[in-house]
Amino acid sequence: MLTILFDGIAYGMLLFVLACGLSVTLGLMNFVNLAHGAFAMAGGYITVVLVNRLGVPFFASLPLAFVASALIGAILERTLYVHVYTRSHLDQVLFTIGLVFMAVAAVDYVMGSQQQFVAIPSYLQGQINVLGVGVGRYRLLIIAICGALALTLQLILSRTRFGSRLRAAVDDPRVARGLGINVTGVFSITFAVGSGLAGLGGALGAEILGLDPNFPLKYMIYFLIVVTVGGTSSLTGPFLASLLLGIGDVAGKYYVPRLGAFVIYTIMIVILIWRPHGLFTRGVTR
Amino acid sequence: MSDRPADPLHPMTAPLAARGRWRLPELAFWAVALASVFLLPGRHLILTEIAILALFALSLDLILGYAGIISLGHAAYFGFGAYCAGLLAKHEIITEPVTALVVSTVASAAVGLVTSFLVLRGSDLSRLMVTLGLAMVLREIANKADWLTGGADGLQGVIMAPILGLFAFDITGHVAYVYCLSVLFILFLGARRLVHSPFGLSLRAIKGNALRAWTVGVPVNGRLVAIYTIAAGYAGCAGALLTQTTSFASLDVLSFERSADLLLVLIIGGTGYLYGGLIGAIVFKLMQDWLANLTPQYWQFWVGLVLVFIVLVGRERMAAWTAPVRSVFAWTERRLGFVRDAGAVSRPEGS
Repeated sequence: MLTILFDGIAYGMLLFVLACGLSVTLGLMNFVNLAHGAFAMAGGYITVVLVNRLGVPFFASLPLAFVASALIGAILERTLYVHVYTRSHLDQVLFTIGLVFMAVAAVDYVMGSQQQFVAIPSYLQGQINVLGVGVGRYRLLIIAICGALALTLQLILSRTRFGSRLRAAVDDPRVARGLGINVTGVFSITFAVGSGLAGLGGALGAEILGLDPNFPLKYMIYFLIVVTVGGTSSLTGPFLASLLLGIGDVAGKYYVPRLGAFVIYTIMIVILIWRPHGLFTRGVTR
Repeated sequence: MSDRPADPLHPMTAPLAARGRWRLPELAFWAVALASVFLLPGRHLILTEIAILALFALSLDLILGYAGIISLGHAAYFGFGAYCAGLLAKHEIITEPVTALVVSTVASAAVGLVTSFLVLRGSDLSRLMVTLGLAMVLREIANKADWLTGGADGLQGVIMAPILGLFAFDITGHVAYVYCLSVLFILFLGARRLVHSPFGLSLRAIKGNALRAWTVGVPVNGRLVAIYTIAAGYAGCAGALLTQTTSFASLDVLSFERSADLLLVLIIGGTGYLYGGLIGAIVFKLMQDWLANLTPQYWQFWVGLVLVFIVLVGRERMAAWTAPVRSVFAWTERRLGFVRDAGAVSRPEGS
């Protein structure tokens, strides 16, 4: 029982790191980026190549995965995404689905369609006993890293100058621009960091979520659930939503395996109908 | 379709009738379709696929091109119709294809009616996710309910009786093609009648600006529910045709890729003039046939590339590229005395 809770929290934390970039993008530019999972996949595959083929230590490969995904994100944002911001949602959806399809096929071509595994160091494998509860070491590490990240992000968002600019831009881009905030610049940085975080999440999650070329499609719905349920106005919302989703999904798969992912989809639809702007919004409708 | 006398009390009906008049390109299109039955007997298998995809795209055009509803899960209704037709035939409830087709269509429309209330709430974004989620839920149900649907193995053992008790499906696909093309044509006529009616006009008004449409007295929600239901029925009919012509239904009919490919089909052809889906289906299938021969495994890459390309170029500009073709037809029409007002030739819309 507690093990399930623990696994669920680890899973949820991972989902948060994967999806928080998307929630900011969606909130800030009202941009539907279905290709967010592709950045996570990029991070995962970069780690696989670094650790398995080049022999880079696992912990050294994590920051590299972050930087590389952020770089890919920044380049794509500057070259392709900028042209699509002002378009209709339909165009954005088509564009990002196109990117996903290309990413899936390209990865399939380069790396093959089989599932990839990251060779995690032996001291991270296995379980340790904490008060009679079996706790996976790797999952403990995920909770530690993702928890620290969530805390850092929250601090950056609430304490720094960049954070207040970002919050202003999310709340009302026009007024923020009028006050002299470089909304486009803020957005570029946020997009890159969000992509980088997704890449880091993909690197960490390769072990738990599984990594194959269909990753962006398989987890797209999960990211969208986190964002819709959590709302886009703060980081706390997506964080709580990720935890709920993680625990719910793990528990659902454990207790009622016959229903499978059905539970999660149903919950999402119900919440969307009940609170179209998310569970944890501040009640501001835009 | 302009056989109704113009009603002096409704000044709108005359322009509507003018818009609904059959034009030369349309007649040419269907003449070519009919000719393909006799002239291309060796290509009937792929032509059948094209006809089914065209019907499916027509269904999406009804809600996307005319009512402006973005759907990422239109395969839900396609798949429902496919499984419905498959189950009807497999358990020998209704083995006659046409009857089974009608039943499947009505059942899909019923599902569309029920789910439309979920989909039509909220903004574009939540619509995207609800439609996506609905397709996922249906796929998950079909996957888990393997006692009914065969799960991941697909629904096997579907045997169809001859159409109307007269024409049995043959291995070369001639009967299947004629059957699919006839269904496509009949349903196309229905859709054409629908969009050129005051009902269709009110849908365009809603798409343009829902709030204004509401203030001038259009019952926005009722209209959207109606068109969504009809479109779901069309999609279900396309799915049922697929099961009947291939004698097989798999989880693939409910997949996300199917919904996404469908968007591409419609975008290639252009939205909002009915032929977009049909032309898009032809282009898409021929392209798929050609590319799949080159790189069978990485076909998705090219789909993605085309999508990105179309969006970056801009759909309005893509439509402008077909202007020479349209002007040739307009010129021929004037020459033949088809229409006096050549400027009113229906053309694809950008948004």
